[in-house]
Amino acid sequence: MRPFEYLRAADAAQAVALVGADPDASYLAGGTTQLDLMKDGVFEPERLVDITRLPLGGITHTGTSIRVGALTSMEELAADPVVRERLPFVREALLLGASTQLRNMATIGGNLLQRARCRYFRDPTVAACNKRAPGSGCAAITGAHRMHAILGTSDHCIALHASDVAVPLVALDALVHVQGADGVRTIPLTRFYLPPGETPNIENTLVRGELITAVEIPLPPRGTRSHYLKVRDRVSYEFALTSAGAALIMDDGVIAEARVALGGVGTIPWRAWDAEDVLRGSAPGGEVFRSAAEAALTGARPLPGTAFKVELAERTLVRALETAAGAGS
Amino acid sequence: MDGMRGARRSSTAAGAGIPAVNGATDVSTVEVAFDVNGVGCALRLDSRVTLLDALRDHLGLTGAKKGCDQGACGACTVLVDGRRVVSCLMLAAQCEGRRVTTIEGLSDNGAPHPMQAAFARHDAFQCGYCTPGQIMSAVSLLAEGRAGSDEDICEYMSGNLCRCGAYPNIRAAIRDVAASEDA
Repeated sequence: MRPFEYLRAADAAQAVALVGADPDASYLAGGTTQLDLMKDGVFEPERLVDITRLPLGGITHTGTSIRVGALTSMEELAADPVVRERLPFVREALLLGASTQLRNMATIGGNLLQRARCRYFRDPTVAACNKRAPGSGCAAITGAHRMHAILGTSDHCIALHASDVAVPLVALDALVHVQGADGVRTIPLTRFYLPPGETPNIENTLVRGELITAVEIPLPPRGTRSHYLKVRDRVSYEFALTSAGAALIMDDGVIAEARVALGGVGTIPWRAWDAEDVLRGSAPGGEVFRSAAEAALTGARPLPGTAFKVELAERTLVRALETAAGAGS
Repeated sequence: MDGMRGARRSSTAAGAGIPAVNGATDVSTVEVAFDVNGVGCALRLDSRVTLLDALRDHLGLTGAKKGCDQGACGACTVLVDGRRVVSCLMLAAQCEGRRVTTIEGLSDNGAPHPMQAAFARHDAFQCGYCTPGQIMSAVSLLAEGRAGSDEDICEYMSGNLCRCGAYPNIRAAIRDVAASEDA
């Protein structure tokens, strides 16, 4: 690990000023991704601004949404009584991610900003990685890419966004509140992430120095049924091969509104708008669920190592919808 | 991404008039004070030192083990302010003012903690390398109220790997302590 200067910010404004003015500075929160990347020599900041003492924790309830301070840990959010009652698939996604130790450390803001789990991105001895070294190529496309994305990919990068909780959050139209040098603004999570395109090194719409202060989750109507299903190689403590988060708002036996997103398959947490269109106005059932799943995967661009993911993702979504609707296991 | 490998090194924030932590003069050095097993400690460390390395190399507490050093195995599990964490992914500097509990701090006046006794009774290890982390996690598991079933024990202990495969006996030890606490 390269030497760095460790600073503790006195307040958010000072933190933003320090990181905003200095391209070699970075925030430090839970550190579970960042310290790992620093040990690997992939991320080499000259200055770390520790924000963990800032008053950016805590969860507040407004009745129509919950506002989650950026420093709230994954375990804290999973334990929130409103999340437990009103957002079961958010709680499921949280508790299916990482291990308890990591969930005690990792913050919700950091979770959204976690870096790719691509083995080539995380190995600086591999020359070709457009995300780490723009213009150098992509070793994953011709290499071992079984854990990589099939949606939102480009010829320059196929790295997966591996967050579980971002899947239900993107389905719920969560809002990301940020503070920057020019003040505060709010970014819809559905417009927060940028697919790799020709610039895989740019992963989101934050500008230098902008600090996530809170994530706001709108509450779906009471009675909404939701489920998050994660399929993986090990039964616990493993990243998803495929996952699906689904929430169904029912009205007189018909799906009035559906919220669907996929994990394990996208370069960004993947909102399945096409699946929602299929589901809206239909009675729940196997056929419409399968049509929705096919619609969700229509744009998939699998490679030889990820060909299995198309059908697996479809089946994962069908099962998640069945469970949410109370029709399946 | 800014700060990626190969980035040019620039002047320091301290040089720009922003004070470094706790007045340390060398910008890559930090002074940190925290409580370990009820005893206060003050250290002057390279800012890169993790909590795990501070415990093992600077405080002589070698109970927490360095397995993977990347947050995957759980052998370095300790409690910080009562919550289990992997100490390899936490900078020592981040522990300023915190309360750290290691395996060495579990026993009460030399008597083994009930979880330590149960691990011995159930032979819940072979090589023993993962054991301090397993026990710290198991103590937390009970405090979290997650030892109610074998399924929960498996799920919420999954951050602690045992390459010898002593899992059935680890589960038995945890069940044993959970049952005695319920009694």
